[in-house]
Amino acid sequence: MQFDNLTAFFHMGGYAFYVWLSFGVSVLALVLLAVDAMRQQKVLFNAVEKEQARKVRIKAAQTETKQNRLDKQNMSQNEEVTHEP
Amino acid sequence: MWKWLHPYAKTQNAYELCRRLQPWFVITALITFVVGMVWGLAFAPADYQQGDSFRIIYIHVPSAILSMGAYSAMAIAAFIGLVWQVRTAFMAMIALAPIGAVVTFIALFTGAAWGKPMWGTWWVWDARLTSELILLFLYLGVISLYASFEDKHQAGKAAGVMAIVGVVNLPIIHFSVEWWNTLHQGASITKFDKPSVAPEMLWPLLISILGLALVMAAIFIRRLQNEILRRELNRPWVQTLVSTAREK
Amino acid sequence: MRDSLNAIFRRDLALAYRQRSELMQPMMFFILVISLFPLGIGPNPEILQKVGPGVIWVAAILSSLLGMERLFKDDFNDGSLEQIMLSATPLPMVVLVKVFAHWLTSIVPLLILSPLLALFLNLTEDMYWALLCTLLLGTPLLSLVGAIAVGLTLGLNRGGVLLALLLLPVFIPLLIFATAAVEAASLQLPYNAQLAIIGAMLLISLAMAPFAIAYALRVSQN
Repeated sequence: MQFDNLTAFFHMGGYAFYVWLSFGVSVLALVLLAVDAMRQQKVLFNAVEKEQARKVRIKAAQTETKQNRLDKQNMSQNEEVTHEP
Repeated sequence: MWKWLHPYAKTQNAYELCRRLQPWFVITALITFVVGMVWGLAFAPADYQQGDSFRIIYIHVPSAILSMGAYSAMAIAAFIGLVWQVRTAFMAMIALAPIGAVVTFIALFTGAAWGKPMWGTWWVWDARLTSELILLFLYLGVISLYASFEDKHQAGKAAGVMAIVGVVNLPIIHFSVEWWNTLHQGASITKFDKPSVAPEMLWPLLISILGLALVMAAIFIRRLQNEILRRELNRPWVQTLVSTAREK
Repeated sequence: MRDSLNAIFRRDLALAYRQRSELMQPMMFFILVISLFPLGIGPNPEILQKVGPGVIWVAAILSSLLGMERLFKDDFNDGSLEQIMLSATPLPMVVLVKVFAHWLTSIVPLLILSPLLALFLNLTEDMYWALLCTLLLGTPLLSLVGAIAVGLTLGLNRGGVLLALLLLPVFIPLLIFATAAVEAASLQLPYNAQLAIIGAMLLISLAMAPFAIAYALRVSQN
């Protein structure tokens, strides 16, 4: 350690403001960059999940309508059958 | 010779590689960066002329060197993308651009904060500060060009061309500014040009350079993964990837 | 090939002639910007002489940026650019011809105006000749490099400001060497070295820019 004690270390030989300002801003900028990258990851994962859920819902709706149509067809066929005799 | 690289042109493989490398990069980056900073701030000897303000060098010089390095890396990625039509290279390029811009900003800011106690003013049109400023403009140009396109594939190509134009210009800019500076200013700044640096100052400096490079690499790996995800949001492998990641 | 290049050249000149008023605007801008400086700095002839070369060059760069978009925009909008790209004539050659036509029609008038501006800013005769030499060598460089960025931003609706953002940093070396040449002339020093460097930059861009412009156009045309 080049400094006698912690106070001297924080004092930086009278240049405390400039030294700590530049180191503080630099570290802050890097941390913000890293946090932004991680936040984006979360946003993207959520977007993928949303898309997946949407697809599942679309598929469910599609099969439902298909089923309904089939049911209707069956019903009408049945009706025809019942009308025959 | 380069054949082992080819699989990584496929986004899925690149993503897998990044994901596996990421923890290693994060750990080594944190360790090296902290060691470099603590050594520089607390254990390296003070400069006999500049006292403790000299310690700004341990963030200023790494960021200045790596801002240029990041730009070259970006241009190389753009070149690979343009010549061999590798989409992943464009993604790497645009993942790197904001990191480079931030590091350039750090170099400028610390340069100013160092200049104030040494030269008595926050900003001088010193050759190196000026070329850093222009470098920042070049980064911002590439980023804003990329952002203006709706179609991101086209955006990657356009920003790639601009990055290469910038890198062709960078040495010209650098030398022209240096020459312009010597023309307009006397040798007022030569006290920085020391013939050699003492080894007890050089080692922490080298470690801080390595540390910042690793920090940038770690962030870059994360950003590249994000970029790949963003562009391939609807591909099946992304969907399975996300659902397996959530299950864990 | 020569015929088609010739035709394109004459077509561009004819189009420019028909849009005279549009071509006048950057020139007016050029004069206006330069006459703003004495008003802002004060009429002291010595100060004007000192800042003159820089002012003229900055104004020239800005006004060339104003007219730059015209280079491909109309052709892009009405589809004739696509026709040209589909034709058998190599695109880099076509682009070179178009840039040359653009330089002739929108930059050469600025050069013709330059004696007037030299008078405004109190330049000496030596300085004026140096200025003219740098403008002659430097403005084609502006057009060539500028055309790359114009090609890239073609498809964008609001490319104007972006164009300036992309190009101004790239033009800095030119500005430095050109104003240094004029400054050297004002001190009665030789300025061949600066001219040689500008010439070298011009030749490099002449060799490489057409291909970059052609590629940029293909990117924009998708």
